[in-house]
Amino acid sequence: MILQQLSEAFGVSGYEDAVRQIIFDAIRNDVDEYRVDSIGNLITLKRGTGEAPFKVMVTAHMDEIGLMITHIEDNGQLRFAPVGGIDDRILLSKTVCIGDKKIPGIIGVKPIHLQDDKEQEQVIKGDKLTIDIGATSKAEAEQLVKVGDYVAFTTSFADLGPTVKGKAFDDRAGCAVLIEIIKAGPYPFDLYGVFTVQEEVGLRGAQVAAYAIEPDVAFVLEGTICDDMPKKKDVSPTTELGRGPAITIMDRTFIADRRLVKLLVDTATELGIPYQFKQPLMGGTDAGAIHTTRTGVPSVTVAVPSRYIHSPVCLLSKSDFENTARLMQEALRRLTPATIGK
Amino acid sequence: MKELIKKLVETYGPSGNEDKIRQVIQEEIAGLADEVRTDALGNLIARKRGQNGGKRVMLAAHMDEIGVIVTHVDEKGFLRFGAVGGVWPHTLLGGRVVFANGTVGVIGTEKVEDEERNKVIPLEKLFIDVGAVDKTSVPVQIGDVAGFSRPFADMGKRLVAKAFDDRIGCAVLIQTMRDLKKTPHDVYFVFSVQEEVGLRGAMTSAYGIEPEMGLSVDVTLTGDTPEAQTMAVELGKGPAIKVKDGRMLAHPGVKRLLVETAEAIGIPYQLEVLERGTTDATAIQVSREGVPAGCVSIPCRYVHTPSEMVDYDDVTNAVKLLVAMLEKPIIL
Repeated sequence: MILQQLSEAFGVSGYEDAVRQIIFDAIRNDVDEYRVDSIGNLITLKRGTGEAPFKVMVTAHMDEIGLMITHIEDNGQLRFAPVGGIDDRILLSKTVCIGDKKIPGIIGVKPIHLQDDKEQEQVIKGDKLTIDIGATSKAEAEQLVKVGDYVAFTTSFADLGPTVKGKAFDDRAGCAVLIEIIKAGPYPFDLYGVFTVQEEVGLRGAQVAAYAIEPDVAFVLEGTICDDMPKKKDVSPTTELGRGPAITIMDRTFIADRRLVKLLVDTATELGIPYQFKQPLMGGTDAGAIHTTRTGVPSVTVAVPSRYIHSPVCLLSKSDFENTARLMQEALRRLTPATIGK
Repeated sequence: MKELIKKLVETYGPSGNEDKIRQVIQEEIAGLADEVRTDALGNLIARKRGQNGGKRVMLAAHMDEIGVIVTHVDEKGFLRFGAVGGVWPHTLLGGRVVFANGTVGVIGTEKVEDEERNKVIPLEKLFIDVGAVDKTSVPVQIGDVAGFSRPFADMGKRLVAKAFDDRIGCAVLIQTMRDLKKTPHDVYFVFSVQEEVGLRGAMTSAYGIEPEMGLSVDVTLTGDTPEAQTMAVELGKGPAIKVKDGRMLAHPGVKRLLVETAEAIGIPYQLEVLERGTTDATAIQVSREGVPAGCVSIPCRYVHTPSEMVDYDDVTNAVKLLVAMLEKPIIL
């Protein structure tokens, strides 16, 4: 499963090289053109079989959240800053790897024996923590790491039967779906499969890729929030595992094009593919940058629900993943310029 | 103009759901422009061609209004919701909303504890009741968007309605199209979408038009009510010519042009310095290589509540100001 390779690859925002290489190796023989743009997006083109000039951009972001080394203490401990939306509560007692050489390190925690009652109730902020690589001095640490080195979590992937667990399903799940979509082509239109960079720090890759491509329509593939544990109140689970691909209607960054939402819903209904609407207003995706590019791009986001995203370990349902890939392929086969009134 | 205003403010059209209001405006401007088109995001763009090689001028008023979006339907058929645009939780309890399909809902709250009685009830504690008896009888679904419901009231000199922000700007633009008989300029009247969620329609329409000058026509706050924030804008003292708002400094040439035009035709005007909030002009100003931009504001009390109030003379004077500006050569 390519999702395993993608999930275990090291690709914090701005340092997506390893992920890009895996994707490139997987699809190079399936596309007509490819290039890496100046910011690092992998832009591929699979030419369409149709006559009408119609460009469809489908994106997934390669980057994941992580950390960056900001300072090396005299005792060899490493200070760090978050890259992307990091929850301080998940940092304690994690193994990480650092920089090109993948130097192993740990974010250590004071043993319970040494903590007082108050400490046990507090969240320790990231700027109070250090990464320990076993160095005994600054000089020794500097042999191995530098300020500015990226830090990623080291969770291994595992097949749990109906589900899989691993890190960075936001958005390696989307990358894996996009690879399947590209391989299942061609489509009646030019398919621009774009693997973007720096989504987690502000949709930066998508912004320049959309400007360059000038698509007529955009689909953004994601691994999204899933909050389906039992709750006291009858409120939204955001998305639920096993209920199928999650379609976004509105989030913090954009309002989905209603015609594209309808295309997805109609396709799912026709084929009996389960789907769900993601809780509106939650989160943001590359569609936020794409839809306002140049004169505007009708856009929609489709996501694989994934529990515990933005933490070192997430869990998704294989059936949701497969249904997302299938829904997208089938919806694309039904997409015509008329869908958006062209 | 009052009939036009009533029609515009009572039409449904929260951000991202501008189809109905766009249809209404399209009918109102039929025959008034040389070209009319709707762009990829839904902006309605009407072009009135100039005769004498004047400037390419963009005037923008946004069609969308604030509203609410359904985020969850519970087992008993109550709807949880979130805000579309800058909704004040103060204004919600007991209010009514209307969905695109005509479904009416009332806003209720969970139990309010004694110590919370003097506090604003957060959105998370509120819900919409559409009169359903269970989940299956709810006529709307997750992602459906509702606008606020409140009839237009004509108080004579003053008018009250929901969504004067920015249907009053749309009315001013439509009336300007009607009254503008001849212009040297290529004038693009843009009825924009999604202003309330981030000036998104103005971004894409400005990119497409590449204007040489851009103006938004929108509401602004006032400082003329009891114990109001300090602000030197009052209802009835004329349209406000923007100097600055929360995110934009108006181009000094555009501001001067508007001031000189107002003085030349003898209408009252006020200068506007708004501390928070902004308009489509902010997006127009930084489009492509940059656009000299400004804003003609209609002073409005109680903005972003279901009962916004404007002065009718300010509205008609704003039309006169825009028509006069567009009839003459523009030198910035």
